[in-house]
Amino acid sequence: MSARAVVTGLGVVSPNGLGLEEYWRNTLAGRSAVREVTRFDASSYPSRLAGEIDGFEAGEHLPGRLLPQTDRMTRLALVSADWALADAGVEPDDLPDYAAGVITASHSGGFEFGQHELKALWSKGGQYVSAYQSFAWFYAVNSGQISIRNKLRGPSSVVVSDQAGGLDAVAQARRQVRKGTSLVVSGGVDASLCSWGWVAQQAGGRLTTRHDPERAYVPFDAEASGHVPGEGGALLVVEDAEHARRRGAPRVYGEIAGHAATMDPRPGSDRAPGLRRAVELALADAGAAPGDVDVVFADAAAVPELDRIEAETLAEVFGPRGVPVTAPKTMTGRLYSGAAPLDLAAALLALRDGVIPPTVATRPAPSHALDLVTGAPRPARLRTALVLARGQGGFNSALVVRAAED
Amino acid sequence: MSRPDDRRVVITGIGVTAPGAIGTKNFWQLLTDGRTATRRISFFDPSPFRSQIAAEVDFDAELAGLTPQEIRRTDRAAQFAIVTAREAVEDSGLDLGALDPARTGVTIGSAVGATTGLDQEYRTVSDGGRLDVVDGTYAVPHLYNFLVPSSFATEVAWAVGAEGPSTVVSTGCTSGLDAVGYAAEVIRDGLADVMVAGATDAPISPITVACFDAIKATTARNDDPEHASRPFDASRNGFVLGEGCAVFVLERLDHARARGAHVYAEVAGYATRSNAFHMTGLRPDGREMAEAIRVALDEARLDADRVDYVNAHGSGTKQNDRHETAAFKASLGEHAYRTPVSSIKSMVGHSLGAIGSIEIAASALAMEHHVVPPTANLHTPDPECDLDYVPLTARDQLVDAVLSVGSGFGGFQSAVVLARPERSVR
Repeated sequence: MSARAVVTGLGVVSPNGLGLEEYWRNTLAGRSAVREVTRFDASSYPSRLAGEIDGFEAGEHLPGRLLPQTDRMTRLALVSADWALADAGVEPDDLPDYAAGVITASHSGGFEFGQHELKALWSKGGQYVSAYQSFAWFYAVNSGQISIRNKLRGPSSVVVSDQAGGLDAVAQARRQVRKGTSLVVSGGVDASLCSWGWVAQQAGGRLTTRHDPERAYVPFDAEASGHVPGEGGALLVVEDAEHARRRGAPRVYGEIAGHAATMDPRPGSDRAPGLRRAVELALADAGAAPGDVDVVFADAAAVPELDRIEAETLAEVFGPRGVPVTAPKTMTGRLYSGAAPLDLAAALLALRDGVIPPTVATRPAPSHALDLVTGAPRPARLRTALVLARGQGGFNSALVVRAAED
Repeated sequence: MSRPDDRRVVITGIGVTAPGAIGTKNFWQLLTDGRTATRRISFFDPSPFRSQIAAEVDFDAELAGLTPQEIRRTDRAAQFAIVTAREAVEDSGLDLGALDPARTGVTIGSAVGATTGLDQEYRTVSDGGRLDVVDGTYAVPHLYNFLVPSSFATEVAWAVGAEGPSTVVSTGCTSGLDAVGYAAEVIRDGLADVMVAGATDAPISPITVACFDAIKATTARNDDPEHASRPFDASRNGFVLGEGCAVFVLERLDHARARGAHVYAEVAGYATRSNAFHMTGLRPDGREMAEAIRVALDEARLDADRVDYVNAHGSGTKQNDRHETAAFKASLGEHAYRTPVSSIKSMVGHSLGAIGSIEIAASALAMEHHVVPPTANLHTPDPECDLDYVPLTARDQLVDAVLSVGSGFGGFQSAVVLARPERSVR
């Protein structure tokens, strides 16, 4: 029997909280960070709201030499990884060589860094491009930098499946744990809140053009009109359960019990979307029946057609209003490859504390037949949570986490 | 004990789009002729740049069979992937209509995604770098597909009708090995019967050339482009940027046998390790690459002395070629001196994330034809590179097992072992 993969550490960098407990406190309190963009002048763009991280001073956490060679999202990722390892009580130096790896999801790389260097190239000339551009922008940067900072030499990787990639990375981490790696730092942290990134995101056609932060990103609402983007995410320590037990890990948040990834059929096909298959395969992988699932952290695209597909999928699998559903990402915006790992962190904290965090801003449309947790957090006995994530281009990913055995 | 057939993964189809060679047959001809496809950059005026050489693909998307809509919504790297995936599927003899879409997945490696498309679009939206707050009015409507390279996996999934587990693997210059390794693990875990897997990159654009200029990673042998990629030669002074794509049909051995498919090779072993040392620098002892090789051979249950050919990373930078020579000695022992080692980057350049898959294609074709491709332009070996690098001329010899390695920015070190599925295992 292959090893069980459990989560023993969490590092969170979220628009509504830097650090795990601040994030969780604000999330349970329903505090949203969605607001007008301040990082660049967005006033000329149709979409103007984002979930931005305030008060992050990279120099307080990282050596100065790393700053000129890193994009903001890499700095956030490095700090998030530090926090996750500390939370897990892991001293990377104490691990044997090759015992630990780094598997992150990426979305658009160090895009703000890239904009700066593209500007240098086209306004001044190639000789003004930074010596760091070759690796500060590319998608592998966070895995590489986290590996170097923590001397993690085991199997490492980077997956990109738009906003579903965060779950696929964690599933790949579980796969490596099952093949014998002791622990993997996994998840995703993203940021591309620069004007160049903004224009590219708008081109995707899924950003809301509403300007009222209280009513902008409203999944499952009759007025759903797209999402608000954000920056941040979470990194997790995914560990062999036996390794965690032997070293006396301070805590086990839960087990990565099941996962599945599917693709939607090509456009114009009359075949069904792939989300239901992902849910059913993930449950089967976890050995769980629908009735075992105590809460669903929804993808919550806030695109009417995608909301309908997700709501129908949940009704088909769990019955109409058959399971509590929530979308705390309504407080942060969608964090691209960081969104699903942050949801996973929230799900594990929900299992720990027996409470479901609320969805804010949304007034659920009755047509969706969802038991959407809104307003106050809902206390509940929670053993098993399902986290869903979808990406543009047809990616569906579902992950089941189960509370640690007492 | 050998692995059961439903846990073994084999290559049954190959597609290649490479500099100097569209299609697998032309690619193999180029390699075995020892011809080079490196030349002065023709895509833009390279004269402002330090390195002015690249290995370019003469690619016409329409001639290659892409539909107008496919052409409009994709970057060049995605176009390579679609065309090459179709070639691989055709070569495999798979009947797409008979496949279960849910049991068919896609893994595409790419180091830098749609970087060429992004470079061009940035130039437009910033009006030549003048605007800080860029204006998207004149950007291509599908700019989001350039922003996020998972669009490559989507395009290939649509092209082959896959609805199973699909993703892009982006680990810099080992992406092409890691994508194949990832897909093989997906099949072994029972999550798919067939994976269409490979890698693509089309990075020959001003921003890429400038960023490698800035660290002098590419060669500036601008007066002699055809002989500029010189792995293991004492005169080497950097790599030649390339582009291209290779895609494979991977399937379970029992699945391949049941349909009577031609099997090129088994993806018998794969491992990746990180040097945790430097984003671009390598430790001279090659210890992490050596570890990846050992683990991959172990997974393949193959003793080091059974490796008939080593397909090297061989980028032609000073540090790389010594680094991996040390890694081969550390992992293969005395056998490192006996087994041929060659770098096809001498002919087709270094296409970043794509090259790992292109090199797997070369490795599988070496097994198919029992021919080892040469290292072109190797006249005076670096004294510190003292293995048999198969200089200039291809070599006929029995090839039943190949080790292919890669090394990349971020510290990734990967190894893939191809072998005959019917081999005896230790």
